[in-house]
This record gives sequence, C-alpha cells and structure tokens, in this order.
Amino acid sequence: MKTVNITFAGLGGQGVLTATDVLAAAAFSAGLDVKKSEVHGMSQRGGSVSSEVRYGEKVASPMIPAGESDFLVVTDAAQVDVNRGKLKSGGVLITPEMIDIAGLGNKKALNIALLGLLSTYLDFLGETWKAALAGELPAKLHEVNFAAFELGKRSR
Amino acid sequence: MGERLFLSGNEAIALAAVDAGLNRGVGYPGTPSSEILDNVSKNGGAAEWAPNEKCALEVAAGVSFAGGNALVTMKHVGLNVAADPLFTLAYISIPGGLVIVSADDPGMASSQNEQDNRNYAAAAGVMMLEPADSQQAYDLTLKAFELSREFHMPVLLRVTTRVCHSKGVAVRGGVRNPAHPTAFERDPRTRVMIPAFARIAHRRLRSELHKLEDVANSLTAEHGNPEGSFGIIASGVSVLHAMEAAPDAAILQVMMCNPMPIEKMREFAVRFKRCFVVEEGDYVLENACRQNGIEVIGRPELYRFGELNVARVRRLLAGDTTPEAAPVPGKPPELCPGCPHRKTFEALRDLGCIVSGDIGCYTLGVLPPFSAIDSCVCMGASITVGLGLRHALPETEARKVVSVIGDSTFWHTGVNGIVEMVYNRPKTGHVVLILDNSITAMTGMQENPGTGRRLDHTPADGRLDIEAVVKAMGVDNVDVIDTTVQHEEFRELLARRLASNDLTVIVARRVCVIAAAKIKSYAAATEVK
Repeated sequence: MKTVNITFAGLGGQGVLTATDVLAAAAFSAGLDVKKSEVHGMSQRGGSVSSEVRYGEKVASPMIPAGESDFLVVTDAAQVDVNRGKLKSGGVLITPEMIDIAGLGNKKALNIALLGLLSTYLDFLGETWKAALAGELPAKLHEVNFAAFELGKRSR
Repeated sequence: MGERLFLSGNEAIALAAVDAGLNRGVGYPGTPSSEILDNVSKNGGAAEWAPNEKCALEVAAGVSFAGGNALVTMKHVGLNVAADPLFTLAYISIPGGLVIVSADDPGMASSQNEQDNRNYAAAAGVMMLEPADSQQAYDLTLKAFELSREFHMPVLLRVTTRVCHSKGVAVRGGVRNPAHPTAFERDPRTRVMIPAFARIAHRRLRSELHKLEDVANSLTAEHGNPEGSFGIIASGVSVLHAMEAAPDAAILQVMMCNPMPIEKMREFAVRFKRCFVVEEGDYVLENACRQNGIEVIGRPELYRFGELNVARVRRLLAGDTTPEAAPVPGKPPELCPGCPHRKTFEALRDLGCIVSGDIGCYTLGVLPPFSAIDSCVCMGASITVGLGLRHALPETEARKVVSVIGDSTFWHTGVNGIVEMVYNRPKTGHVVLILDNSITAMTGMQENPGTGRRLDHTPADGRLDIEAVVKAMGVDNVDVIDTTVQHEEFRELLARRLASNDLTVIVARRVCVIAAAKIKSYAAATEVK
C-alpha cells in the first residue's frame, strides 16, 4: 500500500499530540509500519504545534516532505495558512468549522471530533478506533471523547 | 520474534538500558533528552536527576567503577558541562558499563546552539554510536552497554531531536538482564589519573581505538539499491531521509562514528562514480573521507544549518544552492497566562534594568511585551555575566544590572556564581533574582534539589533551601517575595536594593501555573501512603 501522510496542526494545549497518538495507535494496531514526528519544548508554551503521522507497508523518514500530506487537520483556524504548504494538491483539509461545536459535550474534545471526521476517509475499523481512543485517553474522558469522535464522523 | 512496540527514540533507549541490566540512570533534564530517565523509572530502573551534567556523569562513573551499568542522559550542551570528567574517563579502565546519551538539537527546536557532539567523541577518544530510529535506538543502546563492558570504556550514544521524539515500531528482543552485581576491586594504576599512570592509560586508549575500527566496520548497513547509479554515505536520521529522497541510490549507513568505519566507506565509495555524504551539522563523515583519500561529493554550506529532511536531501543531491524558502512563521511561544514570571519581567522592564538572563521558560522574557532580557549564554551564566558587567560598567549603569535565574538552573551551576559574587564583590554590590517556580518547567516539569521530591515525584531524602544556602554563603540581604501578589512591593524592594552597595538575593517564589495541579497531586499521593 502507498504510504498515507497526515499532518495535524494547532496551538499548544489543543490536544494536537494526543490526536496523533490515537491515530498512530490505530495504524500500529492494524499491523502497519507507522512513524510519528513532532517537536517538543518551546512549542509547548502556547505557540504553533504540528505533528505528523505516516503509515504504510514501510515508512522511511519520520517527517512528511513539504507538499506531500494527504490530509491536513487543524485545531485552530489561524493555523491553516501556516501549514497549507504541507498539503499536497488535491489533499483534504479538515478545519474546526466543519464540526458542530454546539454539539460537543466538552469543547476540549475538538481534537477528537476532528479525528472522527478524518476517520471517515481512512480504512481502519470502528473497533480499532475505539480501542485506540481507550488506550490513549484516561478512563474518565472516554465517554466524552467517544461522543466527540462520533460527532466528527457525522460531520462529513 | 520479540515484542512489537510503538516507541519514541527516548522510550527505546530507556527500555534497552533497563533490559541490558541497569544499576542507575542519572542525568539533568534537557530537550530533547528529558523523557529518557522518566521512562527508565517507569520500566522499573533506578533513576535520579542530578543537579547538573558533570555531577551526573561522575555519579555514573562511580556506579561503573563498582562494576554496575550506568546510563547518563543530557542534551548536547550538557556535555559541555560534563566534558571535564568525560575526557579523563576515556583513559580510565572501567569494570562496569557506562553509556552517555548526548541528545543533539540540529535546527535548535529548543536550544541555544546547534553544536555537533560527534566532535566530542573524536576529541575525547570515546566510542560513539548513532541510531536513526527507535528500533536502532533500542538495538544500539544494548550494543553500547555490551561494548562498554567488553572494552572497559565509556560509550557515547548520539541521538538528535528527530530520533528522540519521533515514534516508530520497535521490536524488543529477549535480553532481560537484572542489575549487575557490584563489588569494589582496587586498581589505582588504571583509575587514578596521576601523570605517570595517565601516560600509560592514554596509550592503552589509542590502541583500543585502533582495535575498535573493526567493530566500526561491522556496525554499518547498506540500504537502497546496491546497483544504484550513485552512492550515499550517511548517519543518523539523515539515512532515512536519503532512502526516501533517492530510492534508486545505494546508501551506506555509519552506525559508529568514532572510531569511523574507514575501510567500509572506502570499499563503498569506489563502487560508484559519484558518492555523496549526507549528514546534519558539521562535516564529520565528509572530513573523515577526505582525510583518508576517499572521494566524495560534500555538502554546500547551506545544508550545515538546521535539520535535514527529504526535500532538503533532494536539493542537496541535485547540487541546488539557491536560497531555500523561509518557513511560514507560526505563533511564537510565550509565557503562559498566569505565569508568575510575567509580573517580574514587567517590573524589570519598567525599572530599565540591564538584565543578565539564563536558560529556562523565563528566557521568553526577551520577547515583547516584556523585552526585558539583555543577554543569555548558558546554564548559570546569568550571575557571573552580571558580575562582569558590574565590574566593567560605569557606576550609574552598573547599578542597573540584575541577574535573573530559575530555581533548577540555580542549583545546576548558578550556585557557583554566588561563590564568585561573595569572594570578588563588585563595588556597587549586586542583585540576583532567583525565579523559584518550584519545578524545572521548560523541559516538562521535572523535579530538582529544591522541590523536595525525587525523579518519580515521591518525597526526597533531602531538600535544598535557597535562602539558607545563600545566607550561609555570605550574601547581605535575602528577600522572598511573590511578585504576582506583591507587585508594588517588589518594585519598591528592587529599586531599594539596586540603590545600595549590598549583595542581594531576591527569591521570587510562586509555583508554576502549569505544574500547580500536578504538585498538589504528588502531595496527596504521599498523604495517602
């Protein structure tokens, strides 16, 4: 299979890294080769954050070459322009406006709602996603995030 | 087939160090190395934060002198602090295992320089291994301990930001050694480096390094198309970028970069009309090739700056030296809302202070709206650089100089600056502001000697008290204030201390806004026990 490249971007504290942890866990449990890359440190202090996941039969570089992301998912609308160059021509852009924010039980679960929307383009099974969410998020946040994920799926 | 895991490079190093049989992990936090010791602890290994990297390496040396395995972790600039023990440990015959992780930061995601610590390996005469991904981070950490015990030498493991923080699939092999048995065997001729013994030890070191060239030649791998139209010699994560940028090339991966696999590189390079070197940072592989008469195509200077990636490697191989497009600027980091440093920097700005700064979150005080830091060199330098300014500047300007340092950085190397201040007192006195947010915040909320907790957040046996220490050292005034609550009092106090000829330490104490909840949970966990 061809390598799938997904970039998540937003601001520190919006759950960008958590969303890609779940995404990478889903790809990992599907038995694929997966790489996930991001930069920690200074970026945690409210600045721009981006995280990249690549999966397929064999993935070499941990970083997605510019202009080769199949999907760009942003948790903050202002980060679209900063990251647009990462998306390939014809790639799919997923933004917060596509989600019915009013339907979100917890506004902090926007990252997972966006992941739910992304999931409608990917081939993983519903149970794979559910296991990945349960594995990466604390138990007390499972229900709100399962609901956010489903809301995202319905937003396609 | 071993256990299939999804690990960051840092997690892989920690797991392998424990699997190799670890007696103690010691380090000082620094991006991108900080998560290694937390993961050692999570995997059941003994781990501690030392006050600085020199202390860490020396504690680890003691563990290895006792026959144990010790892992030392630090960021690249940490090895500058630990360089003194490193260069002499290279001479010493160690009975145990000693592996030192140097986490370099090409591109300076969170660092003050992009020094290439492969140069340290050559300068000190220490073996160095260089993994490209999490699997190799696991495998080469195991190998590093094996080589250290076999050759009785320390081994450097050089990783970079992308190797530390990228996650990938790694298979954990079957090695599960318990901590190594320890005992002391006297051997002063190989462990007391007086000149008479050190002369012999240096000769032993060089002779061992010659033998290790065979190991270096065996620690290579070939990737890509062996019949490719051109060759690439690479190391670290650059290997992976090259595999993707040039799928039809043959790639020789160098996994030991000191000593270097000269014979393998020579055999490889002669197979191709054109052989490139692809490496981040300095011209380490390239210069070694040239010195040994191996014909290679080097990198234009443009590519020694920053990280490489697939697109840059494509350009490099095409000989493209046209200017690269600047990345679209994102939102820069800033001091958090509610950060206790905010009010402190507002006062320093408004009073027109000349601020000698230090390394931590608070370095962000240089940016607007504060614009209140005038210099920042390295860990601990705020106090001593401030003293130099005090000595050299005319009196009216000297009186405006304030040194600003965080709590963890103070214990790291700031405390030496207080010794200098009391011993060589400037005529106008000096003011040192210690920003005590009760955690090592910048690197991800690690404990330090002043927090009263160990690396795993359980109560420590001892807690260092900043006020008691600086008072005992002979500082004239020691003030403690919360600049967020006592904002006006702080301005008044600072102005008064600056006007005097006293030596003053002001401890600005308020817990980090991000760490506060975590610190409460640690205290609650202790009470439950």
